[in-house]
Amino acid sequence: MSSRIIPLAAFLLLVALLVVGLKIADKKTQIPSPLIDKPVPEFDLPVLGQAEQRMSAESFLGRPYLVNFWGSWCVTCRVEHPVITQLARMGVVDVVGLNFRDEEQDALAWLRRFGNPYSVTLVDFDGRTSIDFGVYAAPETFLVDSSGKIVFKHLGQMTMEVIETEILPRLASMESGT
Amino acid sequence: MKTAKLILMIMVLTMSVTALAQQAPVQEPMVFATHEQEERFKKLTEELRCLVCQNQNLADSDALLAHDLKSEVHEMLLAGRTDEQIKQFMVERYGDFVLYRPPVQTNTYVLWLGPLLLLLGGAWILRINIKKRAQLLNTEDTEGGNG
Repeated sequence: MSSRIIPLAAFLLLVALLVVGLKIADKKTQIPSPLIDKPVPEFDLPVLGQAEQRMSAESFLGRPYLVNFWGSWCVTCRVEHPVITQLARMGVVDVVGLNFRDEEQDALAWLRRFGNPYSVTLVDFDGRTSIDFGVYAAPETFLVDSSGKIVFKHLGQMTMEVIETEILPRLASMESGT
Repeated sequence: MKTAKLILMIMVLTMSVTALAQQAPVQEPMVFATHEQEERFKKLTEELRCLVCQNQNLADSDALLAHDLKSEVHEMLLAGRTDEQIKQFMVERYGDFVLYRPPVQTNTYVLWLGPLLLLLGGAWILRINIKKRAQLLNTEDTEGGNG
């Protein structure tokens, strides 16, 4: 009897593994960021359109903010743009744009065309800062708390669902915590 | 209509991952101070994963990000950093996933020891089966002798 049950059990185990594997297959491209709960990487970048003005990670200490990596070459950034705009309009958190690997003229034209939801946009021309943030696709969005710690990262297109289930609750707990 | 929507959705969903996969401009040959440095560069970029095209290593990848990360590795090598420091730099930003050879640590024990356990399990089952058969043959023999 057991000689029949064991192969069957082994087979069912394999099926279970397959099901689990298929379920996480679409999340495989989402690599958990090692930067969560770590201080935001150091940066010192010029402001888009005002190259003489620079901002560093220290300039943002004191209140939570969102860093949204984008580029005019990134089609998904265009797709998520209305959602980022909507989030910025809620007025619950400053949204900092991080324009990377882009030409200044293209970036400015992009903002003129689609609207500018960002409280400020910084320019990472050679992509160095994006490497320090571990960015490997675009768009990517980081939530930073008032002490300068990264608390959440979203890879890919921002959606209302992510805002409602991930970002707003974290902002609310930050407020009640202070 | 529905198919068109589906195709559009697939396009949008795959776009975020392809964004940084644009091909890099032709790379200028990298200059190394010593032959040993060049060997280390080759070895390191073969062990580091290209995150855009996840089944390729940095050495083989032509993606823009891989191009930039290779330049980082090159610069760090010239600056005299050790292999360990360079790998650490990558892991701090992209996580263990960036290493093709995962480190042996608590969350990778299953990965490293699993195959060995499976092998031992197989050997154990095989042993039981062989014993059973031997026993069966024995009893058949004795039964034959009696009959």
